[in-house]
Amino acid sequence: MRIPCPYCGPRDAHEFTCLGDATLTRPDPAAPDAASAFHDYVYRRDNPAGPHRELWYHGGGCRSWLEVTRDTRTHAITDARFAADRSSAAQGTEDRP
Amino acid sequence: MTAPTAQNTGPSRRLAKGGLIDRSQPLEFDFDGRPLSGVAGDTLASALLANGVTLVGRSFKYHRPRGILTAGSEEPNALVELRSGARREPNTRATMVELYDRLSATSQNRWPSLEHDALSINRLAAPLFGAGFYYKTFMWPAALWERLYEPLIRRAAGLGRAADHEDPDRYEKATAHCDLLVIGAGPAGLMAALTAARSGARVILADEDFRLGGRLLSDAPEVDGAPAPLWVDRVLGELASFPDVTVMPRTTVFGVYDGGTYGAVERVSDHRAEPLPWQPRQRLWRIVARRSLLAAGAIERPIVFGGNDRPGVMMAGAMRAYANRFAVAAAREAVAVFANNDSAWSAARDLSRLGVRVAAVIDVRERVDPALTAPLAAAGARLMLGSRVIATSGKRLSVVEVLTGGKRETLKVDGLAMSGGWSPTVNLTCHLGSRPVWNDALSAFLPGSLPPGMTVAGAANGRFGLAACLADGAASATAALADLGFAVPSAALPRADDDPAGLIPFWHVAESKGAAFVDHQNDVTAKDIAIAHREGFRAVEHLKRYTTLGMATDQGKTANLTGLAIMSALTGKDIPETGTTMFRPPYSPVAIGAFGGSHRGKAFRPTRLTPTHGWATEHGAVFVETGPWLRAQYFPRPGERDWLETVNREVTAVRTGVGLCDVSTLGKIDIQGPDAATLLERVYINGWSGLEVGKARYGVMLREDGMVMDDGTTARLGPTHFVMTTTTANAVKVFQHLEHALQVLWPELDARIASVSDQWAQIAVAGPKARETLARIVDAPFDLGNAAFPYMAAAELTVLGGLRARLFRLSFSGELAYEIAVPARQGDRLVRALMDAGAPFGITPYGTEALGVLRIEKGHAAGNELNGQTTAHDLGLGRMMSGKKDFIGRVMSNRPGLRDPDRPALVGLRPLPPGARLRAGSHLIPVGQPTDAANDQGYLTSVAHSPTLGHAIGLALLAGGPRRIGERLRAVDPLRNEEVEVEVCNPVFVDPQGEKLRV
Ligand SMILES: [Zn+2]
Repeated sequence: MRIPCPYCGPRDAHEFTCLGDATLTRPDPAAPDAASAFHDYVYRRDNPAGPHRELWYHGGGCRSWLEVTRDTRTHAITDARFAADRSSAAQGTEDRP
Repeated sequence: MTAPTAQNTGPSRRLAKGGLIDRSQPLEFDFDGRPLSGVAGDTLASALLANGVTLVGRSFKYHRPRGILTAGSEEPNALVELRSGARREPNTRATMVELYDRLSATSQNRWPSLEHDALSINRLAAPLFGAGFYYKTFMWPAALWERLYEPLIRRAAGLGRAADHEDPDRYEKATAHCDLLVIGAGPAGLMAALTAARSGARVILADEDFRLGGRLLSDAPEVDGAPAPLWVDRVLGELASFPDVTVMPRTTVFGVYDGGTYGAVERVSDHRAEPLPWQPRQRLWRIVARRSLLAAGAIERPIVFGGNDRPGVMMAGAMRAYANRFAVAAAREAVAVFANNDSAWSAARDLSRLGVRVAAVIDVRERVDPALTAPLAAAGARLMLGSRVIATSGKRLSVVEVLTGGKRETLKVDGLAMSGGWSPTVNLTCHLGSRPVWNDALSAFLPGSLPPGMTVAGAANGRFGLAACLADGAASATAALADLGFAVPSAALPRADDDPAGLIPFWHVAESKGAAFVDHQNDVTAKDIAIAHREGFRAVEHLKRYTTLGMATDQGKTANLTGLAIMSALTGKDIPETGTTMFRPPYSPVAIGAFGGSHRGKAFRPTRLTPTHGWATEHGAVFVETGPWLRAQYFPRPGERDWLETVNREVTAVRTGVGLCDVSTLGKIDIQGPDAATLLERVYINGWSGLEVGKARYGVMLREDGMVMDDGTTARLGPTHFVMTTTTANAVKVFQHLEHALQVLWPELDARIASVSDQWAQIAVAGPKARETLARIVDAPFDLGNAAFPYMAAAELTVLGGLRARLFRLSFSGELAYEIAVPARQGDRLVRALMDAGAPFGITPYGTEALGVLRIEKGHAAGNELNGQTTAHDLGLGRMMSGKKDFIGRVMSNRPGLRDPDRPALVGLRPLPPGARLRAGSHLIPVGQPTDAANDQGYLTSVAHSPTLGHAIGLALLAGGPRRIGERLRAVDPLRNEEVEVEVCNPVFVDPQGEKLRV
């Protein structure tokens, strides 16, 4: 699998590690339901068949955490952007080797 | 030893002329110890046939004599052991072995000899070995499996023997990128590569054969009015003129992976007795291609009839290839042809033209184009239309029994060419999970949905004619390249004809006598499929597993479809309803060594050496692997009897004088920015904002689930500048964790981190004489005094006359201690200077063993206790948790189960009998209670002999923890059958008030 890192360009998946679901947001620790919200945040995951936004860390490259949209059925990657800048448009998704 | 097999030879069957071989280059080789000779351009299979060797192995289950069935990588029968000793390689397909001088091959799965095999008795016991045999016979008693059944089966069934020495060869891995990867160098592949090359694209053309051309070599057609091999040479010559075109013969593209990545194995040296100096045996390629073109051709399929596995029965296309390409007649006397399609008639025509006597052509069809039949009739062949072969006989084929016109007739022939039609080689199209699609007109599976970026051309796409292949290759390449934005110059196609390819589907001769084989390699017969059907294993996945159809090393390349067709006839459903054939990587077997590449032995992963490694080696250190690092474990001195004596001396030196230890392996992370302190507040459980510049603090970080992740000290070097240390094991994990916090959780924080683990050599100097030692290397006017540089102080300074350094007053040992860091390249200089400076105080280098004893004596948690299942409370660090802020893991660490006072928590243990030894891993059981799981209250995590106290000490995780201090328990080691009574105590064994480290 190849991941189009917006900084490094398309790179082999071996350079990355995956942390899973990128749609989760760390809950407000001061909220009254923080205990159950953190339980869900830490343990509960959907397992969708289809497009999935997930976090990948480019540890073998630029060290960016990326938000990658990957189809879990085909491994087709349709988007990859910096997690720190989630509103930025996808760059470098062209599959040029 | 192998008995001579005198019968297994004969006069040369090499045709007097022709073939793509070099008769001027004879090659000597041996088979089962018998010297034979071939020529350059031969495969082992063609050379064996040329020498009249038609019996080459015994079959997997029934030990039936087997010959050579095909001329390609789909070969199920002719598996041999190649080479000898450490280079012995079992199950090598003779059809794929390029002959080299002094090649040595051995037949396999026979005893005592190929000719006379004692276990061919299995044939008589065939009913026992039929479909579902294992499942039915060995259900019970299970106890007999290991003792009786398995050894018996292993002796009777099997293939070759793996080498029993270490592989002496080297393997490599490499990566290549291209615009177009062309897989297969037959007519479609060559035409595609040429088209792409002329457009300026980066092209890789790979083919498993050592000579490129595919069926252009074996079918001997004409291209542009001349013999096809001349055209092939011209194309290869032109391809060689393009700098961005790479032609890779002897290279099998074995797998398709995500993102346009292809796996390929290049057999760099397999055509030599051994690799040339500095050459690998094989090279594993990862090819990243923007587009790929699969031009893998087609595989001819057998017809299932009685005795279709007898040596002498061969695929028609293979017999044609041996005659045209290798100038070998597969039979000495005469051949018969048995087919359901036109291509076998072309094969028969070629054989006849080359002087092989074709006695008869048997076709199941009632009518065949007279243009095909006439030349054979003219050459004296009997035309037996509407007929079928029902049986064969002879150890090597001598008689074929034919059902023709309602009567049985026998033909005396020593060769039988069969053809059940052609199956496009769609294997690679399935590797990402798509299924091929049945085509009724061709009676074959064609590629289904394709891996992204792949197109399929030529016979692999069901276009069997030569002109069609050439046109399809050019058109497919043009389309793929246009897609990539290349301008493809138009060029005229070479002139060629399409062979006739008429066919009626025909799979199995119902009137067969004797075993009729579907899967030659796994010995699966038509009857086995009938049994599977009768017993309800009709779905194709059940059929495969019940009969082992298609599950041998050839993945059923010649077997899957016929098996499916027979099941389809039994169920009355059509083939697509019955199932499809699926293929997985690798296309053909790949040596594990190739996947390993150079990563074996010490090169499996890099060994990291500390900056003082060379010095430690000079001082006789014994090293230990800790993760990727090689660290000094202890420094034995002459006269010391064992490691314990050495370690005791090292520990005592630290407690009474001074010692030094390289701690460069600790992770070191530089943290800078206005929000650096805020980052620390959020990842550590304790407070950081109040830490003064020039001070360090011990910190504990949790995972978000509330468990301890790592610990270490962090020093503040400036208002916005910190340097963090992590444990050796977690250096990478913590770094990634901090990046996650900064980029994913709180991107608004203005802080940046960099790993500086490799940039600094860091040495711990510990013991009452540590200050006096350091004083001798620190540059003036730096004041090491306790008031100016107290416990937990940190500073940047110079040592040894201007060498930049960092000094931290930290203590892992509990003594007056420092850690001093210098740029990594200066680590060797620093350790030597420290040894000189400490010499008057008897400075003693210590290793990881003494380090461990010192920390156990002080009750510090380390890897054994930071095991991912312990909380800060469990480790006695709960009171560090700040109540004034949020941090990662805070919310979850307050879950009731994690605050349960009965959770196992850190305690110290000492043995009650004087001199008794403690064992790590021992379980803690109350005195007087049975040793069982219900009474298991915890276990010893770390143990040591404390030379300071003169007895064994241990750390343990004990239910209830510190409130049980003073209790007596049994420490039970059921593995060693040992038990010792212990007393629970404070885990800080030495200087519990922490006075020594503050002096
Ligand atoms: Zn990157």
